[in-house]
Amino acid sequence: MQRIIDFILRNKNTLLFALLFIISLFLTIQNNDFHRSRYFNSANWLTGSVYSTSASVRGYFNLRQEYEKLLEENRRLNSRLFNLPPMDTITLDTAQLDYAVLSGRVIKNSYVEANNYITINRGSRDSVMQDMAVITSLGILGIVEKSSANFASVQSVLNSKSNINAKILHTDYFGSLTWNQKDFRIVQLEDIPRLETPPMKVGDTIVTGAMSSIFPENIPIGTIEQFSLNAAGSLYNIDVRLFNDMTNLREVYIIRYRKRPEVLELENDVLNDG
Amino acid sequence: MTDSYLLGVIRFIGLVLAQVLVFNHLNILDTVNPMIYILFFFWYPIQENRTVLIGVGFLLGFSIDLFSDTMALHTAAAVTTAFLRYPIMRFVFGVNMEFQNFRISSSTRVQQYSFLALLIVIHHLTFFMMEIFSLSNLLLILKRVVLTGVSTFVFSVLLAALFSRRKE
Repeated sequence: MQRIIDFILRNKNTLLFALLFIISLFLTIQNNDFHRSRYFNSANWLTGSVYSTSASVRGYFNLRQEYEKLLEENRRLNSRLFNLPPMDTITLDTAQLDYAVLSGRVIKNSYVEANNYITINRGSRDSVMQDMAVITSLGILGIVEKSSANFASVQSVLNSKSNINAKILHTDYFGSLTWNQKDFRIVQLEDIPRLETPPMKVGDTIVTGAMSSIFPENIPIGTIEQFSLNAAGSLYNIDVRLFNDMTNLREVYIIRYRKRPEVLELENDVLNDG
Repeated sequence: MTDSYLLGVIRFIGLVLAQVLVFNHLNILDTVNPMIYILFFFWYPIQENRTVLIGVGFLLGFSIDLFSDTMALHTAAAVTTAFLRYPIMRFVFGVNMEFQNFRISSSTRVQQYSFLALLIVIHHLTFFMMEIFSLSNLLLILKRVVLTGVSTFVFSVLLAALFSRRKE
C-alpha cells in the first residue's frame, strides 16, 4: 500500500497529465460524432456575453454596409410583391403559415476551421431550437445545432458535418451539399446523377431542395463554378460558389418549419413499421 | 507572492481575451491564426509547482476551446505543453536553472527564443495531430502547422518584447 501511494506521489505530474489528456481526447472524439450535440460550445452565457459585447462594439463599423444590404433586400422583395398576381384572399392568421421567421445577429463567426460554428444572439427564449434553418438576405448559412437561453450555436455550411439537400434551380435534380474544407467560398454539391446531357451549365444557380424538413425550398445557395464526373463516372461533383460572403456576416434570419414535427413523426412511423 | 498570483490571473484573462477577440480573427493568408496564448507558459514563473501548471494549462486550453468551438483541441495541446515545459527548460537552460535566483530574463536571447520556439513546436504538433482525428486532409494540416507555427512565433516575440519587464 505504502509503495502504491509512493508511486502515485512520485509520478503525480505524469498521472495528472495523462488524466487531463485523456479527458480532452475523449471530449474531442465524442464531439466528432455526426449529429451528436456538443456539450461545450460558445453558446453558453459566459462566452456568449463576451462575444455579444464585442459584437455590439464592432457592429458600428459596418452599419452603412448593412444598411445597403437591407435596402437591396427590400428592393428585391418589393419588386416581387408588386409583381404578384392579385389575390382575392389573404391569410391573416399567421399560425396557419408554414414557416415562422425570426431575425437575429451573428455575434461570433468562424470560417477557417475544419468545422465552423457561428454563434447568434437568439436562443431558446426566442424559441430557437435545434434543427432550425439560418439564412441571410443573400443565401443559406447553416442549421441551429444547439441553443442556450439567449444564444444559439449554428453549424455553418462550412462544416465537414454539414449535409444539406440542394438542387439545380428550375429542375428537380437534387444532391447533397457538403464542404471539402479547402476554400470558404466554395462548397460541393454531390450525388447529381450522370445523364446523356448534363442538366446544368457553369454559372447555373443552386438552391435548397424540397426534401428538407429544415429549409424552405428555393433558398439561394450559390452558382456552379465547375463540375466533373466522380471516379466511378456515375455521379457529378459540382463546385458551388456561395452567394454569401462567409467572412462578412451580421444580420441573419432563423426559419422554423411549423410542420417539421409532423414530418418527423411520419418518417419515424414508416421506419418503425418497415 | 500575492503579486505574482495576481499577475498570473491578469495574464490568463488578458491572453484568453486577446486570443479569442483579436488573434482568432486575423486570418492571415485566409487560414492562419497565431495562437499567442502559448506566451502564458513562457511567462509562467520558473520555480512554481509543476502540478499546478498542468492544472492551469488545462483551464487555459479549455477556456480557449469554449470560445473557439474547437472541441478540446486547445485543451489537449495546452496540457501537453504544460507537462513538457520542465524538460524543455532543462534542455534549453541547462544546469543554470537549478539556481534559486535564475530568471528567464537573465538568460541569453537565443536561449529565450529557442525556449519559446520549442513550446510552440510541442503545442502545434499536439494540436494539429489531434485535428487529424477530425480531418482527413494531411497536406492541408502540414501546411497549417508550418504557417501557424511561424506566425505564432513572430507574434509571440513581438508581444513578449512589448510586455517584457525592464531588466534591473
